[in-house]
Amino acid sequence: MAKLILSVDGQVLKEHVLTKERTLIGRKPHNDIPIDNLAVSGEHAAIITILNDSFIEDLGSTNGTMVNGKPIKKHFLQANDVIEIGKHKLKYFNDAPSQASAADFEKTMIIRSPAKAAAPAAPAAPAAPAAERVPSDTVTNMKAPAPEVVKPAAAPAAPTAHADHAPLPDAAIQVLSGAAAGRTLDLTKNLTTIGKPGLQVAVITKRPNGYFITHVEGASYPNLNGASLGAQAHPLADHDMIEIAGVKMEFFFKP
Amino acid sequence: MNLAQALQSASLTDPGRVRDHNEDCVELRPEIGLYVLADGMGGYNAGEVASGMATSLIADGLAETWNPREVDRLSRDEAMALAERLIGEQIARANTAIYTTSQNNPECAGMGTTLVVCLFYDNFVSVAHIGDSRLYRLRGEAMEQVTRDHSLLQEQLDSGLITPEEAKLSQNRNLVTKALGIDPAVEPELHVYECEPEDLYLLCSDGLNDMVEDEEIRLTLITLRSNPSLTVQQLVQAANDNGGRDNVSAMLVRVAEPFAVARGWLARFKALFR
Repeated sequence: MAKLILSVDGQVLKEHVLTKERTLIGRKPHNDIPIDNLAVSGEHAAIITILNDSFIEDLGSTNGTMVNGKPIKKHFLQANDVIEIGKHKLKYFNDAPSQASAADFEKTMIIRSPAKAAAPAAPAAPAAPAAERVPSDTVTNMKAPAPEVVKPAAAPAAPTAHADHAPLPDAAIQVLSGAAAGRTLDLTKNLTTIGKPGLQVAVITKRPNGYFITHVEGASYPNLNGASLGAQAHPLADHDMIEIAGVKMEFFFKP
Repeated sequence: MNLAQALQSASLTDPGRVRDHNEDCVELRPEIGLYVLADGMGGYNAGEVASGMATSLIADGLAETWNPREVDRLSRDEAMALAERLIGEQIARANTAIYTTSQNNPECAGMGTTLVVCLFYDNFVSVAHIGDSRLYRLRGEAMEQVTRDHSLLQEQLDSGLITPEEAKLSQNRNLVTKALGIDPAVEPELHVYECEPEDLYLLCSDGLNDMVEDEEIRLTLITLRSNPSLTVQQLVQAANDNGGRDNVSAMLVRVAEPFAVARGWLARFKALFR
């Protein structure tokens, strides 16, 4: 259950557990969290709580509401956010995930009556009337025009470093034969394809525990250190030799 | 028209890195262009009972009632309407079966499941879904989420209460507003979409899209688009590399060639001799 701790000048005044869907903060006594100070408006702000999430909304107060030093109109509260109203501070604590084990907490559950009251006037998703809703202005032709030896994936993927592993050293491949001989390709993406589309393509996967090469398309498998790769993923070691679509290349860890 | 040839498909389901059993369930019937994925919930171990019942009942039920050879005699609009009606009927039947089982077996009390059903026919796909299992489509280099989750988070997004950025931080991501087998009746969301050659359709459980960013899913689909079985392996592996906190399932359908049904008297005449 989330809670707020009200303090002024470092002195804790009270603790308030957010049990209600709407918790009012203001100067007047009927507020759920009354703050008797002239810098505070009669009804200054409201906290809206939906299950494990809480939002703060400024109710058009005279002097405004700040969260973590920034003035806000509405804000989605995160653990340890500090709300400032005049000289008063309210720190937001949300320990929901620690109460149940993480696995239990994330289990999918059905919620019987959707919190419609809390999500005002949630309009039903406009029914998609079949075919015409499908946008057709997207590009269909994906085939690479000219066979290129080295084609990295389109854009950088989000870094997905995992805490269990030491950081993965940077690696690259150097092309040793063919038209692109001498070129070096840094393996910065999670997925990098090499080879000629339509003929023979492999992908090098960057994972938390190392780099792996896997056959993607083509009638025959690429060679790794002179042996056929087969259909399975193979871990790559420093100075491994890859031969794909008639081109030799070397995998290496960067110093 | 040989559907199994026009549509390349692959699927993979995995318990993930944290859970000791898998409550996801997938069922493929490539010969009739049918793909079903379910993510079970509730009970102690009853989630997989619900998802297993849902996928097998719906796949078997449609395999019995949806006969592409007979459907070929209908007009395209009639075929679309029939697909929608039969999918709806089979979902209702599975809902009753799961609900009755949970009422009569205390160990199954409260079980339910999410569901995505895709039925491909005549260059269209009929899609039904319940809950937060998803269908994505890659067309060209653009990926689109075809289904809209039946979840509290989605309702909050729709009402503007939170932004997509805030949604990523929400503690409420595990709450669905609709599920199969929870109540005596359920209303699935049903839509029909036109298919184009080289489209990729990805059915997945939330164990994938909660662990792997949409952009990374998109890049994986683009990079490995010629090899569906490698794509699903790579997606499941990415979910596990990122923590694998939930069961993860991915099912991929690639439109390798158009699968329009030939109509007109000559085609029908030929069909008699197939």
